[in-house]
Amino acid sequence: MKELIKKLSESFGPAGCENNVRSLISDEVKKLNFEHYVDTLGSLIVKVGSKGKQRIIIAAHMDEIGLMVTFIDENGFLRFTNIGGVLTSTLPGTKVLFQNGTVGVIGQEKIKEPKELDFSKLYIDIGASNRDEALEKVKIGHTAVFMPAFHQEGNRITSKSLDDRIGCFVLLEVLKRLPSSLPNRLYFVFTVQEEVGLRGAKTASYRLKPDYGLAVDVTRVGDTPEPDFKMVVSLGKGPAVKIKDSSVICHSRVVNLMIETAEKNQIPYQLEVLEQGGTDAGSIHLSREGVPSGVLSVPCRYIHTPAEMVDLEDVENSISLLVELCKTSW
Amino acid sequence: MLIEELSRIPGVSGDETRVRNFIKEKLSAWGIKNETDSMGNLYAFKEGGKKNEEQGIMLVAHMDEVGLMVSSIEKSGHLRFYKVGGIYENTLVAKPVRIGPRDVYGVIGAKAIHLQKKDERKKALEVDKLYIDIGAKNREDAEKVVKIGDYATFYSEAVVSGDLLKGKALDDRAGCAALLEILQRDYPFSFTVVFSVQEEVGLRGARVAAYRLNPRVALVLETTGAADLPGVKEQDYSVSLGLGPALTIRDGSAVAHPRVLDRLISVAEEQKRPYQFRSFMGSFTDAGVISLSQSGVATGVISTPCRYIHSPVSLLNMQDWKHLVEITDSFLRSVHEKGLDV
Amino acid sequence: MDLNSFLDELTQKDGVSGYEENTADFIAEAFSPFVDDTRTDNLGNLIFLKKGKSEHGPRVLICAHMDEIGLMITKIEDKGFLRFTSLGGFDPRTLPGQEVRIYGKKIVEGIIGFKPPHIYNENEKDKGVEMNDLFIDTGFSREVVEGLIRPGSTVAIKRSFITLMHNCRAGKALDDRAGVAVLLQCAKELANLAHEAHVYLVATVQEEVGTRGAVVSTYGLSPDLGIAVDVCHGDFPGALDHEVSPLGKGPVITAGPNIHPHMAERLTTVAEEYCLPYQKDVSPGPTGTDARAIQISLGGIPTGLLSVPLRYMHTSVELVDMQDIKIAGRLLAYFIMRLESGFVEGLSCL
Repeated sequence: MKELIKKLSESFGPAGCENNVRSLISDEVKKLNFEHYVDTLGSLIVKVGSKGKQRIIIAAHMDEIGLMVTFIDENGFLRFTNIGGVLTSTLPGTKVLFQNGTVGVIGQEKIKEPKELDFSKLYIDIGASNRDEALEKVKIGHTAVFMPAFHQEGNRITSKSLDDRIGCFVLLEVLKRLPSSLPNRLYFVFTVQEEVGLRGAKTASYRLKPDYGLAVDVTRVGDTPEPDFKMVVSLGKGPAVKIKDSSVICHSRVVNLMIETAEKNQIPYQLEVLEQGGTDAGSIHLSREGVPSGVLSVPCRYIHTPAEMVDLEDVENSISLLVELCKTSW
Repeated sequence: MLIEELSRIPGVSGDETRVRNFIKEKLSAWGIKNETDSMGNLYAFKEGGKKNEEQGIMLVAHMDEVGLMVSSIEKSGHLRFYKVGGIYENTLVAKPVRIGPRDVYGVIGAKAIHLQKKDERKKALEVDKLYIDIGAKNREDAEKVVKIGDYATFYSEAVVSGDLLKGKALDDRAGCAALLEILQRDYPFSFTVVFSVQEEVGLRGARVAAYRLNPRVALVLETTGAADLPGVKEQDYSVSLGLGPALTIRDGSAVAHPRVLDRLISVAEEQKRPYQFRSFMGSFTDAGVISLSQSGVATGVISTPCRYIHSPVSLLNMQDWKHLVEITDSFLRSVHEKGLDV
Repeated sequence: MDLNSFLDELTQKDGVSGYEENTADFIAEAFSPFVDDTRTDNLGNLIFLKKGKSEHGPRVLICAHMDEIGLMITKIEDKGFLRFTSLGGFDPRTLPGQEVRIYGKKIVEGIIGFKPPHIYNENEKDKGVEMNDLFIDTGFSREVVEGLIRPGSTVAIKRSFITLMHNCRAGKALDDRAGVAVLLQCAKELANLAHEAHVYLVATVQEEVGTRGAVVSTYGLSPDLGIAVDVCHGDFPGALDHEVSPLGKGPVITAGPNIHPHMAERLTTVAEEYCLPYQKDVSPGPTGTDARAIQISLGGIPTGLLSVPLRYMHTSVELVDMQDIKIAGRLLAYFIMRLESGFVEGLSCL
């Protein structure tokens, strides 16, 4: 279990550049002999079951937030912009990794006050002493992600991009555990470009015309010192059933099914109301004539930082809940 | 319940007529002698035991509530208003009101959030930015149903659910209701109950009532603000809902007479009734003027804790109110039986 | 049911964005005598069909949103107080002292509480109330509250329908239940008119959180043209003329990039011909209504926007003139009666 999470979370996959993650996942899927293909934008679609009545999309996104080089100065320093919701406060002193293996560290210009810190005050230092040297390794438009540093401490793991590789992992584990006969036709979709606007899920759900949608993603928690005082989700108390975020009001039929299934199988769960943030369900539910959708969230601390943290028990319970949901008729 | 009915009646300071009439009707129905004075205070003379054995005890609750008064009518037909009493301004926006003797409906409007600039949204909406909209076409149209000087009250229905009562004007209709409950009981002695006017604009009614009656002992039945709320430190709660009626040690207008306070405590303890002390030492009650009347009156205050007083809808716990009635009842009997050396 | 009682009852149905079922049931019943077919789509949009005479007549979508802004519980605090977030855009300053209904296992009533004035220090006093300052007080203990309410429970504003002078009415959710009343009036008028067009009257969901209902219902119906019926800002003291439209002077026809020029023009012509009062307004970009979603659906839908002037938008005392609603419904009905395939074909020839 741990090895696969490590491999998934450490692989390189900023939004728009998910090929490493996709090959890793499709290798796993091939082992399981499921029919699968890649759609126009790059999402990986795995077909499970061909008999059931309802067509259900189950989506997790492969992409992660990252940085993109916009300029290289004469001294070899790289200027960059963000891909997705990168927090500037997490950047100074952080190491980043390019797809070709180049490693850089983020430096910061002199500033008077912390609030002056924006992307224009930051740069990446890849150890080059001038522009030409830098260009040998990195070009404008190249992307970088946080330096991988997977670590396990008891039941808790920290790594970059657990948002949403942990969702990808949950989907892969579920695929392994599914019985051969299922009441639904399932489409496990590993989506692209979630972090830049739920884009992969949009085209995939248009193509698949599902009756229902379910996204598996991470969510914020309120169990750390001085957190957002309105958030109640905690680490280690089970997967969260999303009620709403800023992209979707989850359909009550899906929400109720998730709650009933969790209760029937004695899987711990929590309810989640997220004030800000979105998931692939935001795209799926507005596809074509509308798709009743829900979200199964894995509670996660420090989202969009180099060290996102999840609890393995929550992961295991998320897998169990999703397996049961796949076995249930919707 | 009387307390619900009382809460619904409009009776802004200076315009207590309908509350007074409601109470008067009850008193007459129960055969209790009553009269009014020139300001509008209502006196109920509870008689019992030997004739004319006056104990010199006066019980007081105020009939008036905070509200609004029409100050001018705009050309557009919108009404500008003054606050009557200490209304918490932040609660005015987007609330319905009823205006004047005809109970004309109106709503308090303000610029829609869509039309406000960013810094505008951060400021409190004060009375000078607000107006009442009655749907009039223009000033002349509005003048057909309202006039400058008309009083307006909040429009919200009193509702009891379980132990909880929600409604406007619980300050101090809860006190009035408690006194009406007391007046329905039998006592082997006489005392006087005053339903005072204009408490919210400076304790003005109680001043003349105390002067007229010149009592020995007075007990004010009030409703006091409870701040046992999120975002408030426990030291600032003043009182909490559900912990029993609140006894005043001191407020901005009076120091409770120690004998009265001690007796209230002792009857509460004898009866094993919960009570709490009001820990906020500010604000005013009728006790302020009663205690200083003529050569001084031994005065105490007992209050029902109530959240969100001086707003469109307040909330109290009926158990607190019932204990207040019982402690008041025992206080009266105890003073009669054991006397009160003041 | 007359329009006044319809709107009175309708504003007493709680239907915050995403939870419109109760509202939909009531609307379905009120519309049923005047329409040929009723159905609900995947997200809960309520779709009525009033058939036209000609099988190949144009297909018209007319929609008004039935959701209202509301609140959602995020957390139950130690003493049973409830924290919340909003569904749609509230001005937090209008909330202190507001009564609400919480949809838990049963409906629980509460008050939006606030710190009493004596607790504020001087510099806090001028500051407007913010969402994070507020909480809901049910008066119940944490144990009782936890038995009834959970994070995600929705909260609706409680407010009766208030009769003001003349035709003015005030209440909650008139944005856009006033529009739904326009649709009902239109359906009633159509019962007595001959029309070629097939009319889809849609009460949409989730407008207040991003016109989501209109996105999917327009896709599903694939109409030849669409009209959104919503509310616009009414006049109030101190308002700038261009920001507002006076109440009682008829519905407002909007023009601008979001609106097909022929649609605005035709609505105006019809109003003129039948001597119906109307007002004009312009909007420089996508409007804050379902029209913004309709126009860019599928291969593009020619879109119009008709609005009822409303004061104090997004508060619990939204104020409208019933006459504006009635006339808007009539205008739509005449627009439909006059609709011929030639007009529809002309919409693509710009």
